[in-house]
Amino acid sequence: MANSDVPTLEVRNLQTHFFTRAGVVKAVDDVSFSVRPGEVLGLVGESGSGKTVTGFSILGLVDEPGRVVGGEILYKGENIANASDERMRRLRGNNIAMIFQDPMMTLNPVLRVDTQMIEAIQAHENVSRNEAWERSRAALEQVGIPAAEERLKSYPHQFSGGMRQRVAIAIALLNKPDLIVADEPTTALDVTIQGQILYEVQKLCEETGTAMIWITHDLSVVAGLADEICVMYAGRVVEHGTVNDVLDNPAHPYTLGLINSVPSRNRRGEPLAQIPGMTPSLLNLPKGCPFKTRCPRVGPDCEIEPAITHPVTARDVRCHYPVTAGEAAAPTSEVTA
Amino acid sequence: MSAMMETGESKPAAADSKPILELRNVSKRFVKSLDAAAKIANLFGAGLKDEVVHAVDTVSMTVADGEVVGLVGESGCGKSTLGRVVAGVHPATSGDVLFRGRELSTQSSAEARDTALKVQMIFQDPMSSLNPRLRVEDIVGEAPRIHGLVDAKGLEDYVAEMLLRVGLDPTYAKRYPHQFSGGQRQRIGIARALAVNPEFLVCDESVAALDVSIQAQVLNLFMRLREEFNLTYLFISHDLGVVEHLSDRVVIMYLGRVVETARTEDIFSSPNHPYTQALLAEVPRLDTRKRKFVPVKGEIPSPLNPPPGCHFNPRCPHAHERCRVEQPTLREIAPGRWSACHLNDGA
Repeated sequence: MANSDVPTLEVRNLQTHFFTRAGVVKAVDDVSFSVRPGEVLGLVGESGSGKTVTGFSILGLVDEPGRVVGGEILYKGENIANASDERMRRLRGNNIAMIFQDPMMTLNPVLRVDTQMIEAIQAHENVSRNEAWERSRAALEQVGIPAAEERLKSYPHQFSGGMRQRVAIAIALLNKPDLIVADEPTTALDVTIQGQILYEVQKLCEETGTAMIWITHDLSVVAGLADEICVMYAGRVVEHGTVNDVLDNPAHPYTLGLINSVPSRNRRGEPLAQIPGMTPSLLNLPKGCPFKTRCPRVGPDCEIEPAITHPVTARDVRCHYPVTAGEAAAPTSEVTA
Repeated sequence: MSAMMETGESKPAAADSKPILELRNVSKRFVKSLDAAAKIANLFGAGLKDEVVHAVDTVSMTVADGEVVGLVGESGCGKSTLGRVVAGVHPATSGDVLFRGRELSTQSSAEARDTALKVQMIFQDPMSSLNPRLRVEDIVGEAPRIHGLVDAKGLEDYVAEMLLRVGLDPTYAKRYPHQFSGGQRQRIGIARALAVNPEFLVCDESVAALDVSIQAQVLNLFMRLREEFNLTYLFISHDLGVVEHLSDRVVIMYLGRVVETARTEDIFSSPNHPYTQALLAEVPRLDTRKRKFVPVKGEIPSPLNPPPGCHFNPRCPHAHERCRVEQPTLREIAPGRWSACHLNDGA
């Protein structure tokens, strides 16, 4: 891959906190990762793990009372954390694009699709209306919308859910961004439609060298799509490595728990290994390791917050007692909530 | 664990035991009648017609006692409507629904009430299916009190027992639904269903809204309850991984019709219907890495205006002339395996 020595995006020790009346919510607390051209990074976590706020921070979309309070977001070497509104406006939708879970967050319900797409192009480039229209048509065709010329004249409500998400993706692609942040874009879609979208996205990354951050709670989608995977828990990255390494030999007990919670082929009908309890409130995290109250491997060191270590090569793990390769995972019994 | 597997395996196939539930050619149509303006327009020859959606189109199936049947399909295929017909929420437009051999519509009102208690439903979104202004003790305790399953004195203990069954602390009985997490709310919904001693649970996307680790907890709960109370499930889901894990038999629906039904092992190892094949190929799995996605073309057509012949023909890679005109019938292609596809008739 060309230019693979300069990451498209590098996030270093990012901290995004929300200053609420009830206290400071550390939604993102010391998150680091990088994506290179053509690469797909899967950002995995459950609700409240901070994965969406990480995505919003990259695009400068965090609203009051939230603020990026620490760390760097390097877009091709330029720090865009707390960049000026003007600078972000020029980057957003042009160099960095976002696809949301709900396409209606991207689409304006009272404007025709062509109006919205042409506007997105002309906001960043000085081109004629005709040329912008032509590019919009090409973008719709690229994401597999039949009769693109006709569909440009439609309003968002005239599309089905899957088609609407394609339009949102087409808008994200319009200005050929170097980086796309996709926040659960297929979660609300049917399996066959999800397959179609994943197919388009995969083709795009391969053909144009666009880097992608794919935010999801679904490990199996990431398994099929991503090169690298970051597992988040309570605002922190607890494990980071290549997809094969992390899924085959998870080192963090939370990653292992997540993998074992997914129903799998060879354990049909058996009780699923489950992580007891629930995600702690970010306002009221336990001292030390935030996972310790749910962790089967908890020990005395867990009173101190673990730092990133590398128990295996090319792997970041935030745990005092990482799982070693080959260690059998004993399914935990059902515990009352 | 092994005991569970054995009981799962030793369950008789649906065909050779008396079914707890039987559907015979059940259809459910929703009709949007013409409004006054349209009727007037018709007087002047506009030729407008009622809009009819065949949400469920002549479906026949059986569920054996103690069996878990997974009902799978994409949005708009009619799986939820079918679940509601089974649970008695919607009456069927035509066809017979038999519970323990008794036709629902011919039952006396007392019998019908009894059947309604035996079949309970668990919904997808626990927040919208629990009354936010009732305490948990009232949500769970109301039905058994009204139906005389428990007297006022014993109610508190009864509710406590139900909460324990689903793994909730009985001291939570005085709380309101908003004070619980999503997984706990789903447990409250399950406790409410169990409170009237049902035999049959219709679970409509009951774990779809939950996080993975919480989903595993609720699935385990379903499996434990099945063992303890000999429950029968109709488990409706779009998540094939969950269905494969839980079900003995799988029914696949497409646009209101059943296209294939078979034992879970059979359907996942050798799907027969092209739609089932496409559906299974699209399931993301943990052990398939960096795969090439090969999408099924097209979208689900509108149920208002389904294609003629086989409903799947516009998207089917094997469609030929006959598929566009003649509707394939669901027939047995191997013992316990039913499929509705013309390809099974040989070349």
